[in-house]
Amino acid sequence: MSNFLNLLIAGLATGAIYAVVAIGFTLLWQTSQTINFAQGEFVMLPAFFMLAAMNLGLPFMLAVLVGIGLSLLVLGLLFKRVLVDPMLRHGVLPLAIATMALSIALKESVKELYSAEAHPFPSVVPAGNVDVLGVPVSMQSLGVLVIAVLAVVALNLLLTRTSVGHQMQATAQNPTVARIVGIPVERMILYTFLINAGLVALGSLLVTPIYLAKFSTGEILGQAAFIAAIVGGFNQVRGAVAGGLLLGVVDNLAAAYVSAQYRAAVPLFLLIVIILFRPQGLLGRVEERTV
Amino acid sequence: MKVLKTTFAALAGLAALTAAHAQSGGTIKLANVAELSGPGATVGTNWKNGIDLAVAEINEKGGILGRKLEVTHADSQSNPGIARAQVQKALDGEPYVLLGPGYSGSVKVTASLAQQAEVPQIMGGEAAELTKAGHTHLFRTSFGQQSSMPKVAAYLADDLKAKSVAVVWVNNDFGKGGRDVITAELQKRNVKVAADISTEAGQADFAADVAKVKASGADAAFIYLNEEESARILKEIKRQNLTLPLIGETTLVGQKVIDLAGEAANGARGHVGLTTDAPVPAIQQFREKFQKRYNYVPDHNGLKGYLAVYVVKAVTEKMGKVDRKAFADTLHGLTISAAQEPGILMDVTYDKNGDIDRQGFLVEVENGRQVVKKVLPKLGN
Repeated sequence: MSNFLNLLIAGLATGAIYAVVAIGFTLLWQTSQTINFAQGEFVMLPAFFMLAAMNLGLPFMLAVLVGIGLSLLVLGLLFKRVLVDPMLRHGVLPLAIATMALSIALKESVKELYSAEAHPFPSVVPAGNVDVLGVPVSMQSLGVLVIAVLAVVALNLLLTRTSVGHQMQATAQNPTVARIVGIPVERMILYTFLINAGLVALGSLLVTPIYLAKFSTGEILGQAAFIAAIVGGFNQVRGAVAGGLLLGVVDNLAAAYVSAQYRAAVPLFLLIVIILFRPQGLLGRVEERTV
Repeated sequence: MKVLKTTFAALAGLAALTAAHAQSGGTIKLANVAELSGPGATVGTNWKNGIDLAVAEINEKGGILGRKLEVTHADSQSNPGIARAQVQKALDGEPYVLLGPGYSGSVKVTASLAQQAEVPQIMGGEAAELTKAGHTHLFRTSFGQQSSMPKVAAYLADDLKAKSVAVVWVNNDFGKGGRDVITAELQKRNVKVAADISTEAGQADFAADVAKVKASGADAAFIYLNEEESARILKEIKRQNLTLPLIGETTLVGQKVIDLAGEAANGARGHVGLTTDAPVPAIQQFREKFQKRYNYVPDHNGLKGYLAVYVVKAVTEKMGKVDRKAFADTLHGLTISAAQEPGILMDVTYDKNGDIDRQGFLVEVENGRQVVKKVLPKLGN
């Protein structure tokens, strides 16, 4: 029971990080029909911003703020203005390929400019255990889970309870009509990119103490979050959340109770099943397009 | 016509001079192929820096037999396929000696190339099978698993009195080799393998693996992963509050693992063939020089790279000539003493397979540092 509960919470914690990253996929898809194949590297990069700030002598919390600020600037504003806007005019496919190139460029840049080696990264959650139903559970797992869930709840409140959120949803659903009714569509799209940048910075802060800061960290995360987004539903934020949590739990339980050797195959198996039997994802909605 | 004759004579003279220079003088070329990126970047970077330090020292003192060393570095990206291509490219440059790779899987696929080219290969791999394939030009810089695992198994059975052990290993040539040898050695000593847990190179999440170790009820865990994964599993073990003894090899208690895992590394124990914390003055001096030059504490791979170059120096000076073909014959069965060649740091003997015999250490991580608990003498003593 103790083991199962620990595995479940560790799985949910990992899944929550996948969910935070997967939300970025769905947000960008909804507002600009963009699939960002550099999303994993977007999670890797903020940790290096923070490490670089710490190397300059800043205390950890200040370095975190600097990291988040730089992420908003580079992974939000610059990403949109320098790459997405010019490429999107040529269609979704050239943009998708451009993000693949960006993924390689980011990895290689970190490798060259910082280091190819892994680096330790401080945790925002202290080590130790807390009692849950009489079972000792890792405080770090719980902390990661709580922070990630809070972020998702905050995002949901923003989207459903605020005027800006409603405008962003309207933009996602039909940008032409949104423009007609006076919504500043371009600004709403920019907000989406900034939210994505904030989410990846948060994901980076939570995952790097476990995965270590390394230029290649994003490969694993990007793939897992992409699968999570498809499994949950690429066009729904709640789908990305469900997909992320499900993937984290299934991966951990399968590795513990089925086979550690085949654990890498489990998410892919899940993906195939979803694509075959529910291509819109668990919570996604069917989209039809004219061609 | 006279001008033409003079020109031909001058060209012929120049060609003769160039040939003579190439044979007797010029630099001695070493080619290094290592894991400079990818999961093995820690291994390869330390190895490379160790090589560069040794080359700089030797060149500062006039080189080997009056000739300076020149080393080229190529990145295998921790990928055996790329390692093979890089080694082929390096061999095309006709180096005197090939250094690396560090990963056993990469050594396995490149040893035959060096053998065909008759170029001595001094590498960092530790898988037992590497020196059993009949490659006469392949040499280690550290113990093979067949030398180290019996010592680890003996420690588990005799010192810790463990009746059952959980074995966690990385599913590559290095990990599989170590797992096979330790399992056999444990069985010889009537120690049960309570859990046999395979993990992947580059794996980030070890929650399930640690839970399996916990559920196995083993008296101790033997952890045999690469450095970064070792750090991750140590952190996870701390997160899950697992308190059983953690035993491993160099890759569990190396300095890089300690740096990455932080407090979680404390208490981990292991057998190490090379450690910069060894109570050997020459190794302490190496550590200081390395730290001064690169601004970090090297792990055993830094030592391996450093020693590889000094093996080249010792063998070449023993031969009294730069002769690639005679190199392997000279090194087989050779004992290099630190008294004769201080750069070799500790006396070492090479056998006919390219395996080494040297003193080793049992260490424990205490307060973020390796502490040597026991010095294990050379087997040949």
